[in-house]
Amino acid sequence: MTILLLLLLIPVVLAGVSLAIRSDVWRPWMLVIAAVLHASLVANLWVSDAWPSIGTWLSLDPAGKVVLSLISALFLAASVYAVGYLHRRLERPNRTFVTSLLFFLSATSVVAFSQHFGLLWVALEATTLASAPLLYFNHNSRSLEATWKYLLICSVGIALALLGTFFLAVAETFQGPVESALLLPAMLPRAGSLSVPWLHAAFIFLLVGYGTKMGLAPMHTWKPDAYGEAPGLVGFLLSGVLTSCAFLALVRLTQVCQAAGQMDFARPLFILLGLLSMGVAAVFMLGQTDYKRMLAYSSVEHMGILTLGLGLGGLATYGAWLHMVNNGLAKGVLFLMAGNIHRHYRTKTASEVHGVLHRLPWSGALFMAGFIAITGSPPFGLFMSEFTILRGAIGNGHWGIVAGYLGCLAVIFIGMARIVVPMVFGEPPNDAAASGPKDSFLTTFTPLVLLAAVLVLGLYIPSWLDRALLAAAQLVGGLR
Amino acid sequence: MLTTFIPLGVTLVAAPLVPGLINKTKAAFAGRQGPPLFQLYFDLLKLLNKGAVYSRVTTWIFRAGPIVSLASVIVAALFVPVAGTASLSFSGDIIAFAYLLGLGRFFTVLAALDTGSSFEGMGASREVTFAMFAEPTLFIIFVILARVTGSLSLSSMLTQAPLVGTPSMAGLLALVVFSLFIVCLAENSRIPVDDPATHLELTMIHEVMVLDHGGPDLAFILYGASIKLFVMVAMLAHLVFPMPDGSPVQSGLVFGSLMALITIVIGIVESAMARLRMVRVPRLLMAACMIACFGMIISLR
Amino acid sequence: MEHVTQLLLILVILANLFVLGSHPLGACIRAVAFQGIALGLLPLSLHPEERSIHLFVIALGMVGLKGFVIPGLLFRAIRDAAIRKEQEPLIGFNTGLFLGAILVGLGFGIAGKLPLPPHTGSSMVVPVALSTVMMGLLVIVTRAKILSQALGYLILENGIYTFGLILAAGLPGLIEMGVLLDIFAGIFIMGTVIEHIHREFGSISAHKLVNLRE
Repeated sequence: MTILLLLLLIPVVLAGVSLAIRSDVWRPWMLVIAAVLHASLVANLWVSDAWPSIGTWLSLDPAGKVVLSLISALFLAASVYAVGYLHRRLERPNRTFVTSLLFFLSATSVVAFSQHFGLLWVALEATTLASAPLLYFNHNSRSLEATWKYLLICSVGIALALLGTFFLAVAETFQGPVESALLLPAMLPRAGSLSVPWLHAAFIFLLVGYGTKMGLAPMHTWKPDAYGEAPGLVGFLLSGVLTSCAFLALVRLTQVCQAAGQMDFARPLFILLGLLSMGVAAVFMLGQTDYKRMLAYSSVEHMGILTLGLGLGGLATYGAWLHMVNNGLAKGVLFLMAGNIHRHYRTKTASEVHGVLHRLPWSGALFMAGFIAITGSPPFGLFMSEFTILRGAIGNGHWGIVAGYLGCLAVIFIGMARIVVPMVFGEPPNDAAASGPKDSFLTTFTPLVLLAAVLVLGLYIPSWLDRALLAAAQLVGGLR
Repeated sequence: MLTTFIPLGVTLVAAPLVPGLINKTKAAFAGRQGPPLFQLYFDLLKLLNKGAVYSRVTTWIFRAGPIVSLASVIVAALFVPVAGTASLSFSGDIIAFAYLLGLGRFFTVLAALDTGSSFEGMGASREVTFAMFAEPTLFIIFVILARVTGSLSLSSMLTQAPLVGTPSMAGLLALVVFSLFIVCLAENSRIPVDDPATHLELTMIHEVMVLDHGGPDLAFILYGASIKLFVMVAMLAHLVFPMPDGSPVQSGLVFGSLMALITIVIGIVESAMARLRMVRVPRLLMAACMIACFGMIISLR
Repeated sequence: MEHVTQLLLILVILANLFVLGSHPLGACIRAVAFQGIALGLLPLSLHPEERSIHLFVIALGMVGLKGFVIPGLLFRAIRDAAIRKEQEPLIGFNTGLFLGAILVGLGFGIAGKLPLPPHTGSSMVVPVALSTVMMGLLVIVTRAKILSQALGYLILENGIYTFGLILAAGLPGLIEMGVLLDIFAGIFIMGTVIEHIHREFGSISAHKLVNLRE
């Protein structure tokens, strides 16, 4: 219980401290302190195999544990990078930025712990609000426009999720008043008595609402704008952390549907939205000229894969959990490197960037490796997880889904290669004077670690991670 | 037999009082003394004693217009209850009522077109445009009332579910009264839809159509307009407050004071509001229509 | 209390129709504030047998927040941005009104398909909530001024709140507080962004926000 409280309160307290600090140089180190403390507490959870809880609302379960660990690891990576990044951006005050990042960490941790649908909603809405100032870090008209779209679309989406939550409560209390409504552990045993029409309505609204947050097509429209205009660091946290939190919300919903025996209703919708997201991502990837927006569509694609895995069930669900971890790590490499490239070349247009490998050897190499990883090529972890999902689909005999899945992956590979390869290789432009900062230790070290992690996951999955992922997948009918 | 026609008789005799009272109210708000309450009676008498002038380009339609519209309004008034009872009532008479009002309007419009003046044609076009919004609203109101009272005759529809006294449906009936009030303002060319006092060519609607009529024809038109106003106000009165069952004197008093009250409300609205710009009028009527639609959705549930 | 509930719900819908059919932004904000007050009073008429502190606190908080604080924020935004009218909606006001009436019908239709939850208080709560949600979405997608879009979001939230009233007794107060806080913070941030947009673009018309598109 103490651990849990510390996990939630440390970022908030440090946010207060960072508000009080006057120096823009020293303030970013608060991020590292928070991240290290958070990560060590989470590591302690793994070592001692503890399952802390406060009451029944906040408690850790296998699914929450995986998401929490991912949040903690990615935030640690982001915080180290953030110090290097913010030191280069001293022309902008970073007080709001650092404080919002810390609140973001706290809110996402609440999501991971939350066992109550109402609390889950409050925490997810809080993540939206905490991340809006992050998008607006650059304070120009384009980032402002992106912030407005993000805020409006996500707020509307999350509002629909609130309506869905209310529907769920109605489904639960339909037969008469119940103890502790909307509480997941209490709801699962009595799921059989939920009112089916209201459950279906709740499912649709929650799927649309949290799907908006996750960036599933056709609710993904905020994503290219937000990821394109935000600093690479923020894009990384949104695409790695926030989407995983939204995925966790969908997992909670699936738990209820499964307990109520309504998976036949849920599966086709998951599969439909999953394939649609992949298809939309593939189409928009082909004509893309902006490499940050390209990454946004890549995120739409991977969210589609996760949802597809959830819908297919069985082996594919295990694959989806593995994929969530891989995607988070690989997105870190890509977004952070895209941030470096953006700062150096001062353009987001892919056709104006050439020879990254010459100018920024580390960033160029990592960006290329990240591209190979994210498109699901061996030997990286995403190959394993995408292959697991494919095996799940083949095992179920869904040949149409298999064809669509492989087709989208192939198109996306080609689309991304068309953008990334000319950027990394080729002759760098000659206007050396116009170029920005070079690689530094802080801005390349953590992506290197992330990439190493993705590589390791492709070759060998440690047994403790495997057990944890399996336990998380088993909550929603997954198996290996 | 004779008592049957008392409601109609009251309507025919008292109708010119309504515009008089509205004008008195407006004058009081403007701090003027205003024309006497019975001014319209004097006007009608004066006009009836005059001769009419007819343009050589007009045909019989122009002469028939005022007579037909007055006649249709009087017949329509047969169906409207006065103090709780109507002169004539049968199931389905709402259709007859609505189309008699429509017939009157049709002939007024025809007569205006018959003059061949582009000016009057413009008024006719406006009149018909606004009627396009007002008539559906009236019908939707009838649907709601038919649904609420289970009756298809105007007098029982209006008297069985008054707003005061039916608390279970107060919200629904408030919608009905509100949209009927807007329709009443629109049908009778009152502010904010039309200004009966203006003679500014760009803004007139109803007034412009009758510019070429004179003498007894104009008297018929003015008298018909006042009956129409009386009839609509009487409908509102029955919808708002239940008529007591007791003696005719008692219900007559209640009815009379209600009529005066609603008339004064119209006067207040006219004093407080400015005439809407022409393009905004359809939006007001549309809003009334949508509110009535909303009421219909509630009542059909 | 049934008819008081009905009357309040009708006022809620009328406020929606008003926003759909009129263009002075100030009047629209006032209509939404009015709607907020009607909604704030709704729990008292909906659960007349339950005169708990909880219920009164919700009612008071709602009237204060939705009726005064949030409209105040929006008024500040339009005063700073010196705008008064929604000039260029993507669809005309008459069409907007017409679509609004269709949505009301749709709301009643959908609610008719779902079984009525017990202890709803009035059979009109669910349809009114659903149609308010849909009308809020309609305002968001059809209005060009970003302030109107924020207003649409507020209407959407009001619709959801209306639905939530069915559960008022069953939901823990902490969650309600969280929801209220989130909504307030959301509107506050939106207001701030609106001010920034006005400063940056010299206008708060969404037509200006076209830098980012495929």
